[in-house]
Amino acid sequence: MPVPVEYYLGLASILFILGALGVLIRRNSLIIFMSVELMLNAANLAFVSFARHWQQPSGQIFVFFIMTVAAAEVAVGLALIVTIFKSKASIDVDQMSSLKG
Amino acid sequence: MLLSEATSAGGFFNLVPLVVFFPIIGLLLNIILGGRLGEKAIGTIACLASGLAFMVAVLLGISLIGNPEGITVPFLNWIAIGSLQLEWAFQVDTLSVTMMLVVGGVGTLIHIYAVGYMHEDVRHNGDPGRFQRFFVYFNLFIAVMMILVSANNYLMLFVGWEGVGLCSYLLIGFWYEKGKDGIGNAVAGKKAFITNRIGDFGFLIAALLMFKYFQPLAENGVFGFDFETVQELAGLVPAGIIFAITMFMLLGVTGKSAQLPLFVWLPDAMAGPTPVSALIHAATMVTAGVYLVARSYAMYSMVPEAQTWVAVVGGVTALFAATIAVAQFDIKKVLAYSTISQLGFMVAAVGMGAFVAGMFHLVIHAFFKALLFLSAGSVIQGLERGYHQVEHDPMLARKMKHGHQFDPQDMRNMGGLRTRMKTTFWVYLIGAVALAGIFPLAGFWSKDEILAEALHLQPVVYWLLTSAAFFTAFYMGRQILMVFFGQPRSEPAANAQESPAVMTIPLIVLAGVSLLGGALNLPGLHTFTTWLEHTINLEEVGTAVTSVLTKIGLAVAPVKGSMAEGAAEGGFNLTVALLSTGLALGAIALAYYFYYHRVRAMQALPAVRRTDDPLRAVLGPVFTLLENKYYIDELYGAIIIKPYTAIASFLADKVEWVFWHDFFHDKVLSGAFHSLTWLLSKPIDTNVIDGFANGLAEGTQELAALVRRIQSGYVRNYALSMFVGVILIIGYIILRGI
Repeated sequence: MPVPVEYYLGLASILFILGALGVLIRRNSLIIFMSVELMLNAANLAFVSFARHWQQPSGQIFVFFIMTVAAAEVAVGLALIVTIFKSKASIDVDQMSSLKG
Repeated sequence: MLLSEATSAGGFFNLVPLVVFFPIIGLLLNIILGGRLGEKAIGTIACLASGLAFMVAVLLGISLIGNPEGITVPFLNWIAIGSLQLEWAFQVDTLSVTMMLVVGGVGTLIHIYAVGYMHEDVRHNGDPGRFQRFFVYFNLFIAVMMILVSANNYLMLFVGWEGVGLCSYLLIGFWYEKGKDGIGNAVAGKKAFITNRIGDFGFLIAALLMFKYFQPLAENGVFGFDFETVQELAGLVPAGIIFAITMFMLLGVTGKSAQLPLFVWLPDAMAGPTPVSALIHAATMVTAGVYLVARSYAMYSMVPEAQTWVAVVGGVTALFAATIAVAQFDIKKVLAYSTISQLGFMVAAVGMGAFVAGMFHLVIHAFFKALLFLSAGSVIQGLERGYHQVEHDPMLARKMKHGHQFDPQDMRNMGGLRTRMKTTFWVYLIGAVALAGIFPLAGFWSKDEILAEALHLQPVVYWLLTSAAFFTAFYMGRQILMVFFGQPRSEPAANAQESPAVMTIPLIVLAGVSLLGGALNLPGLHTFTTWLEHTINLEEVGTAVTSVLTKIGLAVAPVKGSMAEGAAEGGFNLTVALLSTGLALGAIALAYYFYYHRVRAMQALPAVRRTDDPLRAVLGPVFTLLENKYYIDELYGAIIIKPYTAIASFLADKVEWVFWHDFFHDKVLSGAFHSLTWLLSKPIDTNVIDGFANGLAEGTQELAALVRRIQSGYVRNYALSMFVGVILIIGYIILRGI
């Protein structure tokens, strides 16, 4: 008996909210980064479950694209964090508030 | 062969624009290149320009022998405004070519003379750079004078008329920083110009009247002021209007030809260099008025009243100026008054209808008066040379009166120049005798023709002119005796030197024509009369009027032919000739008695009892009156210039300065302006406009300070706002979907 699509979507929503909360609450930029990945993967999960539900392959193809972009984003993001760490000796995002008005 | 062909076909007529263009080319060359060329080159260019214009005039004259009717050579359409269609066209007929020959011929001789004269004059006056300017003006004068005489309509003539006035002004004030009080020459130039403007005003009124009354009569209603149309239509215009036109024209004539009452400028015009006096103020420009009357002969011969006026003005001026000339001491002033007097003869002649006699005298007078002025210039420079020599010779300089400004034009400083300046003496003598009208010199023939006509046409004017002729002979005799005979009255006169050949040769040529010029119109031959009759035909006036009247179906009014007959009958009259010659000889004898015998006798007297002029002792106060020119300048000063300057200074000081400037401008205008600007600047600009601008800036600043707080710099704040935004947008989409 297949698992109904609502379960998958429920899981995806929980994951997305967890990721969003992680972004908003945590101050460690690596954690924030991981939370962003969590949100992306929640979206991926929603895509594949709809693809399965509607028997349409395009959802799965979107997921590949998102994973590619996420990989590229991680590369850039980690490079940024390393550079910031070099200058500030910290990866706390609250330290990086020099654009404060 | 070529010449005869061209003659029979009138082939040279089309060359006529060159009489104007040669001098213009000359003056342009001298303006552009003159600064780099030497005096010789400048003089050559100017003389060539004038000489070539003369050659063209000669060719035109040759063509006219075959085709005496002449031709109008169109050049361009000048002004076209509705019914006014003005052409710039050259009139080639015997009258205009006569004038061109005089202007070109005498003009060229004076140009050549001026090369020598100005060479010394610019050095004597201390500015050799003005040599170029002089010849530019001189060529300009020839050009505009040629425009004047070659015009085929009144307005083109007016262009020349004003042009010669301008040249006269420029040349009178040639040494504008010299003269009395350092502005005397400039004042003289101004006087000439303004006096001429009064005359020009008359000319303009005449032209406007002409347009008003001739234009409706003209063919197709198109009027171009051309002489031919005016001549044809003159008979159709009411005589009263013609009278008005001719009288206003007379005002122009009195201005340009220095007649009463506007003659006052001409004696002062002697401030110009002597060649200017010879060319402009004796030989050519001043005769423009005579030419104008001769050109308008059709109108003048229609109204006898106008003729009488012109003749009387001429006659009175002739006598009036001749008497003044008797008591003048400046060698050029004597000649200036003589010129006014002789112009009076011409104006009287053309006024009474003796147009040919007037023109004949104009030509002859141009010869001998140019000769006299140029010789006077030679005398003046001879004295200047003498003065120069005396100054540099300590022995002689001691004899000169100290602290006394030597005047080389004062005849009281001359005397005995006969032996020092032989050529000048002989040519001067010829000119003087010609002017006095002694047989058989040119002046005799032309003056006696006028006198004979006058006896016939206007007996009153005849007596005026005859007495003027008596005074003429007297003042010329006086001048010759004072300048050339007796003992030198000053050291410079005793050391005077003859002028160079470039000056004396033109003098000799002019003396030649003054001797023989009478041959132009000998009694019995009437060469000149026949020549001019092709243009000035008094009988034709009558027929033209009659034919026009019959054409338009009007009753043929009896045309006044008496003037026409009278003019034709004139000519030589033995009684008149004998009387005037007798009077002239008597006057010379009288002059000889006073200025030779009495002067010699006076020298025996002690210095205190000597007078400068033997006539002063005889005439007493009358002489003083004449010496002061009947106080005409003072009279004009008192009745015209003083009130005029009083009004002018009242207008300037009281009306303009006190009322308009101090009150209206300073108080009213600038006060109102000040309060208006205060209002604009203080409450409006500072408060309203600045307030708005500053308020805008401050508001922005405050708003920015408020909004800045949102920029916390914390990433999560931004992320949160993004989430909120996304949720709001999604919420909106979902809600809209419902």
